[in-house]
Amino acid sequence: MKRVAVVVFPGSNCDAETLAAARAAGSDAYFVWHRDTDLRQADVVILPGGFSYGDYLRSGAIARFSAVMGAVAEHAHAGGAVLGICNGFQILCEAGLLPGALMRNARLRFLSRPVWVRVEQTDTPFTSLYEKGEVLEIPVAHGDGRYVVDPRTAAELEATDRVVWRYVRENPNGSTSEIAGVTNAGRNVVGIMPHPERRDAPALGGQDGARVFHSMEARHATQHAVDVRAVDDRHLRV
Amino acid sequence: MSAFRVEVRVMPRAALLDPQGQAVEHALHALGFGEVARVRMGKHLVLEVTAGSRDEALARARAMCDRLLANPVTEDYDLAVDGGAAR
Repeated sequence: MKRVAVVVFPGSNCDAETLAAARAAGSDAYFVWHRDTDLRQADVVILPGGFSYGDYLRSGAIARFSAVMGAVAEHAHAGGAVLGICNGFQILCEAGLLPGALMRNARLRFLSRPVWVRVEQTDTPFTSLYEKGEVLEIPVAHGDGRYVVDPRTAAELEATDRVVWRYVRENPNGSTSEIAGVTNAGRNVVGIMPHPERRDAPALGGQDGARVFHSMEARHATQHAVDVRAVDDRHLRV
Repeated sequence: MSAFRVEVRVMPRAALLDPQGQAVEHALHALGFGEVARVRMGKHLVLEVTAGSRDEALARARAMCDRLLANPVTEDYDLAVDGGAAR
């Protein structure tokens, strides 16, 4: 059973669903307030969706300086798994833990509806239970979802297989190369614009997103990321 | 120490799509201002910075831009202090 810290910022609004999705997958999930600096021996950290700090200045720009983000960066740099969903993805980009940035949707409108994404990479802690090429129906809910990255980094992302999900059938927000989610060079930090926690049970209209959370619990999910546990403020490899 | 008024202009990088600027341009065209083109929309921030000199105020404001006020991936910025412009 993995310990999963769901960080709550002022303005987070998908924290409860994300916690429920992680628990439904069998994780020992709990909330961590943005002012806390202790992730309480988390194996996985999830930054949930929402509108932290009202999206003032830029989405995620203020949240990325929250007290908790120092611990999140430390966890990430030690190889610990981190997932950013929607606003969480924006925060990870602003923090420099993922490349690129999320800008205003190309057609300006706030989008709240299902989209389709193709799983491009399965060797991350959040996609190990998917098949490469699988197409998932998962909803988006964002105004700033257009993934933008400089051409050199975009080429690097492709060359190193770091685009984890790509929009198919349509590009809802004008993202570069239809990118819906990416991972870092260490493949332990992952960001996704759509909301897998909103599609994790038949009662929610589908369960295409459930394996994002089940993957965290899957044994081979840690094959590519060092299994790290923080004990007494030191990170031990176990 | 004195207080310097620093104005910060943050603009979306020229190569990137600026859908807000485009929407404003379309609205202007619809109102009959056909002569307008390439409308781009950014942010204008006004700061009061206490510093020992104009240069120091500028250096601090530049650090604020690099750290928070502008996103280096998507935006460019320029600064003006107390009327004199600097880049």
